[in-house]
Amino acid sequence: MTTDAVYKPAETSKVAFYRDPRIRAIFFQVVVVGAVVALAVFLVNNTLVNMARQGIATGFGFLDKESSFAIGESLIAYDPSDTYRRAFVVGLLNTLSVAITGIVFATILGVFVGIARLSTNWLIRKLAQVYVEFLRNIPLLLQLFVWWDLLRVSAPGPRQAWQPLPDVFVSNRGLLYPVPVWTEVHAWMGIASLVGIVGTYILGKWAKARQAQTGQQFPLLKVGLGLILGLPLLVYLAGGAPTELNKPVLSGFNFVGGHGVSPEFAALLIGLSVYTSAYIGEIVRSGIQAVNWGQSEAAAALGLSKARSLRLVVLPQALRVIVPPMTSQYLNITKNSSLAVAIGFPDLVSIGNTSLNQTGQAVEVIAMVMAVYLIISLSISLFMNWYNSAIALQTR
Amino acid sequence: MSEITVPGVAPKGPIGKAVFWARANLFNSWLNTIITLVIIYGVVRLVPPVIQWAFLDSVWSAPDNSVCRAALGACWAFIGVWYRFILFGRFPYDEQWRPLLVCFIFIALLLMSCDRRFWNSWLMLIWVAGTAVIATLMWGGVLGMTFVETDLWNGLPLTLILAVFGLGFAFPLAILLALGRRSHMPAIRALSVGYIEFIRGVPLITVLFMASVMLPLFLPTGTTINKLLRAEVAFILFSAAYLAEVVRGGLQAVPKGQFEAADALGLSYRQKMQKIVLPQALTIAIPPLVNTFIGAFKDTSLVIVIGLFDLLNTANAALNDPAWRGYYVEAYVMISIIYFVFCFFMSRYSQHLEMSFNKGKRR
Repeated sequence: MTTDAVYKPAETSKVAFYRDPRIRAIFFQVVVVGAVVALAVFLVNNTLVNMARQGIATGFGFLDKESSFAIGESLIAYDPSDTYRRAFVVGLLNTLSVAITGIVFATILGVFVGIARLSTNWLIRKLAQVYVEFLRNIPLLLQLFVWWDLLRVSAPGPRQAWQPLPDVFVSNRGLLYPVPVWTEVHAWMGIASLVGIVGTYILGKWAKARQAQTGQQFPLLKVGLGLILGLPLLVYLAGGAPTELNKPVLSGFNFVGGHGVSPEFAALLIGLSVYTSAYIGEIVRSGIQAVNWGQSEAAAALGLSKARSLRLVVLPQALRVIVPPMTSQYLNITKNSSLAVAIGFPDLVSIGNTSLNQTGQAVEVIAMVMAVYLIISLSISLFMNWYNSAIALQTR
Repeated sequence: MSEITVPGVAPKGPIGKAVFWARANLFNSWLNTIITLVIIYGVVRLVPPVIQWAFLDSVWSAPDNSVCRAALGACWAFIGVWYRFILFGRFPYDEQWRPLLVCFIFIALLLMSCDRRFWNSWLMLIWVAGTAVIATLMWGGVLGMTFVETDLWNGLPLTLILAVFGLGFAFPLAILLALGRRSHMPAIRALSVGYIEFIRGVPLITVLFMASVMLPLFLPTGTTINKLLRAEVAFILFSAAYLAEVVRGGLQAVPKGQFEAADALGLSYRQKMQKIVLPQALTIAIPPLVNTFIGAFKDTSLVIVIGLFDLLNTANAALNDPAWRGYYVEAYVMISIIYFVFCFFMSRYSQHLEMSFNKGKRR
């Protein structure tokens, strides 16, 4: 303690206060924050002055007014006499539905592409490589236009609709398919599959505990699948197996009945999934390649079958490499779904754009749309971070 | 994995080798045999009709649409009639040599910047000179060239201007943001993180809409800002956040000892960053930076939503001509090739750089 005192006082006091790094840091931060605040005040002030001059209303009062524009497709009941608020909800639901289905399809397709890139079959390996290079080097918007024109211009009219399966029609009106007529039995089937899922979860906990104690394994996969799929099937049979279908039928120049997706939705979904699958394919490939070859050899030496070595040894390690970049691809799909505005699918941005043009309240509308995307992005990031930490290497 | 050699049964002659290769790479298991056969069937079914459509039944030149309507194949005559509009849009027809020259200058500048021999301070000067020439050629008004409004800067030159200058101006901003995010000053770090995460959380389209609709509101009454500049500003602000994350990756890869050594030598923050850290960090970051460039180049096509006529939008405009309706495949094939050539070159270049940077590390 006493020796320290020898070096300290005289020298530090000689340094001028403006050369002290801590004081400089505070000064610098004050200047930067001050500049940012000044810029913000300047911009907000200009905006207020400009809006007052142009007679643009402010505030979110417009949300309760009648929107008076029609929306092509909606998951909830909507008509032009509804409010802007409801129109926004319709847009949000459309964005979410295309993003979530896109994520599912892109993942399935991407995993196939990734595995194909690593195949021992030369043809499929090269084919996958061409697929990836081709899709990654052409703008997504251009691909969307191509899909849209394919479905809109080149697809046959309703009368000449292409029928890949009985009662499934592909035409320039979109894809139409039959759905079962809703009965009470279907509701009970839903409940049965829920029971199956909960049952499998509890069974899984019990099987894990038992294996930890006694070392005995339990065929969880088979029993679980049996519960989740078998229970609803039993209910279906017990309910008298209703077979009535709501089929699309050609009537005049268009179809009546059935369920369907519009060409816009289909183009957006196909475009997003195919484009992103090329990126996901590369992520999956590099993830699998990142697992040391010795791991597979060790698994084989232990006598694990190829499928089990993939499931128990290779995949858990590959997932650690795969999940972080996969998160950003899922975020990209969500953000890229906003390209819907260019092909006329009523997503959040498209409906925001229409509302903006009608009300002139650009600041509020754009702020709302951006806030929604930020919330979606943050939620996906949070979920994937949680998942990533769940599968991360457990170090003790 | 294809090099499987079995001692004693080495194949002889080209046919023997081919058969051996096919057995090892195409028919090495029953699953692979099925896959191979399915692919061969698909190729046999698909390729001849495509060739028939694109080359044999196609119309290569025609004065008007009637010949194409009668033909079964592709209508390349559409491209023959419209290629100048797709490439240069509404730029005065007689002076379209100017945007053409601009495209060549851009390509020359980019190719030069790719060569590591030119990575020195002269490159900066060459870019400034090149930019001056590009601006003169596009605007005109001197040397007997007519003045051309930015509204008429369409097609490929617009795509290149948005991409190259957007990234060029975004890059310094990105370095500042990346340094800010790694800074020890909490206020600076918070501002950088907030900006980067905000921009990365929203789609480019919303940023473009913001620039297009809100930028005029932000500025003092009476100032106007043209459409191209608005899109460019949006593009710069957007790309900066993505580039900043890549630069941050490079900064994190610089060993801590380098920072400490610079501190021990008594270098100031500026000297430390400029002379020690950034040269290493940026070198590490070049391959992922090029990948971000590819993304940005493709993203320029989104300016279509605020009504600018880039390469994709001029093609769409050409397709809207009632006399030539329905040849979207031909038009999109043409611009796809242009986009593909640029992006594919960049991705190959990034792989090449990665290889040459790792030369010292490979044994």
